[in-house]
Amino acid sequence: MAQALDEIKIGGLGSSRKRVEDDRFLRGKGNYTDDFKLPGMVHMEILRSPLAHARIKSIDTSKAWQIPGVHMVLTGEMAAQHNLAWMPTLSYDTQAVLATDKVRFQGQEIACVCADDPYIAKDGCEAIVVEYEPLPPIVNPWQSQAEGAPIIRDDKEGQTDNICYRWEVGDREGTERAFAQADLVSKLELHYPRSHPSPIECCGSIADYNSATAKLTVYMTTQAPHIIRAAVAIVAELPEHMIRIISPDIGGGFGNKVPVYPGYVCSILCSILLARPVKWIEDKTGNLISTHYARDIYYKGELALRKDGKILAVRFHCDSDNGAFFSDAQPTKFKIGLIHSAFAAYDIPYGYMTAQGAYTNKAPGGVAYRCSFRVTEAMFFQERAIQAAASDLGMDQAAFRRLNLVKDDQFPFRTPYGFLLDSGQFHKCLDVALNAIGYDDFLREKEAARAQGRRLGIGISTMTEPLGAGNSREYDILGIKMFDAAELRVHPSGKAILKIGSQTQGQGHETTFAQIVTHELGIPAADILVQHGDTDNTPFGMGTYASRSTPVAGAATAMVARKVRAKARKLAAHLLEVSEEDVEWELGRFHVRGAPSNGVSIQECAMAAYGNMPDGMEPGLENNAYYDPPNMTWPFAAYIVTVEVDPETGVWDVLRMVAVDDCGVRINPMIVEGQIMGGMTEAYAMANMQFITYDAEGNCVGSNYMDYLLPTAWETPGFELHEVVTPSPHHPIGAKGIGECAAVGGPAAFVNAVMNAVDDTGVRNIDMPLLPDRVWEAMKYKRDVSGAPPVKSDS
Amino acid sequence: MEERRINVVVNEEPKSVDVEPRLLLAHFLREVLGLTGTHIGCDTTNCGVCTVLVDGLPMKSCTMFAVMVDGKSVTTVEGLGLPSELHPIQEGFREEHGLQCGFCTPGMMMASKALLEENPNPTEEDIRWGLSGNLCRCTGYQNIVKSVLWAAEKLRSEAGAISR
Repeated sequence: MAQALDEIKIGGLGSSRKRVEDDRFLRGKGNYTDDFKLPGMVHMEILRSPLAHARIKSIDTSKAWQIPGVHMVLTGEMAAQHNLAWMPTLSYDTQAVLATDKVRFQGQEIACVCADDPYIAKDGCEAIVVEYEPLPPIVNPWQSQAEGAPIIRDDKEGQTDNICYRWEVGDREGTERAFAQADLVSKLELHYPRSHPSPIECCGSIADYNSATAKLTVYMTTQAPHIIRAAVAIVAELPEHMIRIISPDIGGGFGNKVPVYPGYVCSILCSILLARPVKWIEDKTGNLISTHYARDIYYKGELALRKDGKILAVRFHCDSDNGAFFSDAQPTKFKIGLIHSAFAAYDIPYGYMTAQGAYTNKAPGGVAYRCSFRVTEAMFFQERAIQAAASDLGMDQAAFRRLNLVKDDQFPFRTPYGFLLDSGQFHKCLDVALNAIGYDDFLREKEAARAQGRRLGIGISTMTEPLGAGNSREYDILGIKMFDAAELRVHPSGKAILKIGSQTQGQGHETTFAQIVTHELGIPAADILVQHGDTDNTPFGMGTYASRSTPVAGAATAMVARKVRAKARKLAAHLLEVSEEDVEWELGRFHVRGAPSNGVSIQECAMAAYGNMPDGMEPGLENNAYYDPPNMTWPFAAYIVTVEVDPETGVWDVLRMVAVDDCGVRINPMIVEGQIMGGMTEAYAMANMQFITYDAEGNCVGSNYMDYLLPTAWETPGFELHEVVTPSPHHPIGAKGIGECAAVGGPAAFVNAVMNAVDDTGVRNIDMPLLPDRVWEAMKYKRDVSGAPPVKSDS
Repeated sequence: MEERRINVVVNEEPKSVDVEPRLLLAHFLREVLGLTGTHIGCDTTNCGVCTVLVDGLPMKSCTMFAVMVDGKSVTTVEGLGLPSELHPIQEGFREEHGLQCGFCTPGMMMASKALLEENPNPTEEDIRWGLSGNLCRCTGYQNIVKSVLWAAEKLRSEAGAISR
């Protein structure tokens, strides 16, 4: 009798198999966009505006054209002749490709130069003379809504103010009634500062338009190649089947590489005009000041509380600063992403929220930076408000959460904003975290330390978030519904190729997606090649962002493997000379019911599909599957941080950080933990140092890595990880998204810890990042500290 | 622009090449020699993805001119292991999941090599300090530190085996 396969050994579900991708990356043999060199290729550089708001009086490119080695100097006026001076955004706004009338933020694209090498192209940019008429810059929503403020988007017909959207959701009247019955109303205002996802690899593209075949191939740093192909077809008015987007290895994305950027469009237009390949590789400053920012939301909200601690209702308002162009990459229906997923983890009967977006003279956006459409902002406000409410009630912050978190027997749970939570064990996760940190002991330690003048603090963040858009009923981008597809082909010898529409940027899809097939078919993971990132050779997919790959493309992978297995069953019945009903499946093998020793392997079935199929059966063993998820997956996280704040300087150090994540079934635990640690580092970065602001003139402060601080190995604390597993009831293998949970739920844990350390000062809020001077100011003057720009005025 | 002849040993291979004085070392390695394992991240000597060894010392090749390595020897990630056999540092990064997107990895490994040559038995703190000139956005560093500890142990045991 054949030995049963050990799923872990063959790299199936739950195996921490080493990554396939590593073999090339470790040898310096990755293929990032900048690594490609095509025959006849020229290099493109972009000239950017030094001013935040100015009318363009003239652009003189004559000197640039005279430089030997310069082949093209493209201006907005020239782009306009091809109807490409403007392009649509993913939020149904428009964005300038190259400025023609005005510049609307510092770093905006004005012209580009193609030359034999990037050095000459830069020389060309320096030789362009632009004459500006400066206009008053607007750097926050309050300035933009002030009377007499200049209209930033005067290009838009009928735009008479600086508002880009208004939105509301929830039950306004029910919420008002609940507030009328409250014993206590806890209020909080805060600003989630502007940030930039800042992958180390900047954006870039190589456009290769073949004038003989009219085929356009674009190598591009994109997280969503199929959406980009559709967008390029629309923007450049090219037939979609003649566009091939190749997204090779990507040096990190974090949401930054979802949108269409002017640089991509310019490289395409230049390639068409020059009939040769055009490479554009952005520099770091270009990336930080012009590609889409994240966050920058002002909150004002309140919780209606009963005196026993029960939350009766929540309502809040968001003012988002969208920069010069409203270009959030988000599902069409939702104007501020899924920010109404805030408070989803808590059993709150009523909720209502409003939001309004403002145009300002800042970089456009905003993208979902390591989050599922603004849920990071949602969960940060949620957890800060929860802590403030516990404090207002005089309740312990853990006990207050325990009282209000959704209970195990309440699933599926409908939130007041209309989401349906699929599953979870919220209390268990919280308890695991509290035990791990030694909650009660720490509170005693904190009291003892306080008596000696030391400031210790403990912060909790508990949250669930919706990951894995669609379903297609509610979620679309540019009218294309949010689903994903997979194709699986098993070759005669039983080796397989899986093609998926998602696109890895470090998440390890080439490793984990093979594991899903292994789980379903018993083919060893080492025998499965995963392909992605080339629109000519992979099925349609919405791309990898918003933690949607495992929930959607991963589900499509399981479903296509099941279709293949169904055909293999017919082949097995044929080989075993029994009826299909008498064939039983075990991992990697079919056997005759009641006679386990009489069986055939999946590999033998594969060979039969090509060499010994029954009469009338279509040859081959392959299939495809489109997966439209019935719901989002809802992972849960409980994060606890302890800190010590220096009372003299405001510097704070992390003592411990405990993370309990429930992301359902873990496909590859090693990779899951890697995702959590990466996300937690970005959470720490947000809380501690990482932000972009603007001075009163609209100059971006944070335009390079000397000003935009990212944590290094030296500052970053260690993380203690724990797990709870609640399988998603609707996902084929019970998995949930995980890539972003720590970045979403983490920041509040750090901030709550620092706030807890200064809980005797009466300070209600210090805006992130909690720079030492802000913490010091709060302690010294016992007042809230706002981080809203402009931080200083030059006038 | 007038070019200058430089003589440099790259990954143990002597090269004699005419370059523009303004050509950055990173571009020389990537564009002239085709060694694309050395990446370019920030242009301001902050991120460290362009780290290579110049006469054994870690240098950020995006802010160094190619002419500055005239007469010197340069080691890039392509010279770290053999095509058939990974260097213990490379092995460590794979074993401890010390990389995700892979973009910072070559620089991180070259900085690790210099670190371990100076200090074969580093503590976690030594490694965190030693790699503080290299940014990673994906991993959160914890596994990178473990990777270097793994490599240090393997290198020490190999050295021990040789000396015995």
